[in-house]
Amino acid sequence: MALKLPVYMDHAATTPCDPRVVEAMLPYFTEKFGNPGSRNHKFGWDAEEGIDYARDAAAKLIGANEKEIIFTSGSTESNNLAIKGAAYMYEKAPAGSKSRGHIITAIHEHKAVLDPVKRLVKEGFEATFLEPGEDGIITADMVAAAIRPDTILVTLMWANNEIGTINEIPQIGRVCRGKGILLHTDATQWTGKMPTNVETDNVDLLSWSSHKIYGPKGVGALYVRRHRPRVRLQALQDGGGQERGFRPGTLNVAGIVGFGKACEIALAEMDSDGQRLLKLRRRLETELNQAIDVSKVNGHADKRLPHITNISFGFVEGEGLMMAVKNIACSSGSACTSASLEPSYVLKALGVGDELAHSSLRLSLGKGTTDEQIDYAIKEIITAVTKLRAMSPLYDMHKEGIDLSKVEWAHH
Amino acid sequence: MAYGPKIIDHYENPRNVGNFGSQEQMKSDKKIGVGLVGAPECGDVMQLSIKVNPETGKIEDAKFKTFGCGSAIASSSLATEWIKGRTLDQAEALKNTELVEELSLPPVKIHCSVLAEDAIKAAINDYRKKNGLPVHDHDHAESH
Repeated sequence: MALKLPVYMDHAATTPCDPRVVEAMLPYFTEKFGNPGSRNHKFGWDAEEGIDYARDAAAKLIGANEKEIIFTSGSTESNNLAIKGAAYMYEKAPAGSKSRGHIITAIHEHKAVLDPVKRLVKEGFEATFLEPGEDGIITADMVAAAIRPDTILVTLMWANNEIGTINEIPQIGRVCRGKGILLHTDATQWTGKMPTNVETDNVDLLSWSSHKIYGPKGVGALYVRRHRPRVRLQALQDGGGQERGFRPGTLNVAGIVGFGKACEIALAEMDSDGQRLLKLRRRLETELNQAIDVSKVNGHADKRLPHITNISFGFVEGEGLMMAVKNIACSSGSACTSASLEPSYVLKALGVGDELAHSSLRLSLGKGTTDEQIDYAIKEIITAVTKLRAMSPLYDMHKEGIDLSKVEWAHH
Repeated sequence: MAYGPKIIDHYENPRNVGNFGSQEQMKSDKKIGVGLVGAPECGDVMQLSIKVNPETGKIEDAKFKTFGCGSAIASSSLATEWIKGRTLDQAEALKNTELVEELSLPPVKIHCSVLAEDAIKAAINDYRKKNGLPVHDHDHAESH
């Protein structure tokens, strides 16, 4: 069968809806369209049944109780609710004071965590932004060393969206538990792909999103622990009291049902999918590294998600490279389109030089990824890098033995 | 971002890719002027080389090598095409806005054309220095 182009290798950005998910959602648009808040008729009950099903499936995926699941519009909202909601609830001093409490996070978190934390800093909280080593991983020791008497919250992603590296969340949770500090994790890239158990993994708050796990966009959840400790949050919006008052507003029933179905499928299939994708990713990395000199997989060699790889190809620029592999949908650490010309802050956090950060591709695999697509990607990338290097003044200098770090560049 | 057809054409079929020998050879050849502009950490480096006929004072040949995005490659490719056959003064008069217009570069890519203009001027000045000609002072090309 001919390969269908373009090939999608950007599953860390979003995933297609699983047809089983779409099928589960359909009745909730037309027949079962009721408001789950309508407690006195069948339309409301049908909708509520859908919500109950989804809440149960979401809870099972992470080893939680269904009462601990708050449906949201996705991870960004879940992160905002968890971080700001916890900070406001557990603040050490009221608004207007200077030292309202201390939060620990890391410099290579997603913007959906960094920006809420930065807002809190403006509002009188203090924050420590941990810096990973070149493996990209935040360890329990790093967290332990940053804890202060006024620390109220640690917020760290479970796995990184650009490089797929995995932080030591269960161990970090143990450190936090011992100090009475809450642990929030943005598990957007992790949950649904890797086994998650909020009890044994010592997590108090966990965000994840439907559209990263083959569900619809615009839906997600926040896990909020109810026992040992019972976590309280200050809601960020006011309204009709839905979702235990944490997130008022009429529920997006069809979307939530789809999310529930996606959670159910993820739980059943994550092991086999993960094993398959790990093999494909390893082959992709190995063959590219063997064929292309000065290429490097960014982040820890093994402590990474099975489906994400981020590779720097020296002396070629990422955006130019993406243009050359136009039949592979992926993303780059280069930020040539942004006015700042700053490359990926995640790669910079790992100490990847600016030049190699500009030269990176993120390829993220998923359920639809086949052996044939991997073959195609390998072939295309090798061809593109070869072509661009033939055009690259940096590759010439490298071959002539010129140390690029010693050249006096005309910065502009 | 979708690219215009002229950018894609120059990117896929770049004109005049190359050098006139190694860095050392180009340095010692008086007919050659080399402009190296940009920096790896900014994501763009252009090396534009010109070969000048000392009799006529015209640019006989021009070549480029570029590390950068599609628009940077297209800008340098087009720049080499345009300066061939021009005198140094004519080539020097080329404005980045002409490249922007011809390639329909979007606003975020204007810096690519600025870099190409800078590369032309740097190559011309390199040639003049080598040959004891007066070097013209340039303001940095207009970026907006």
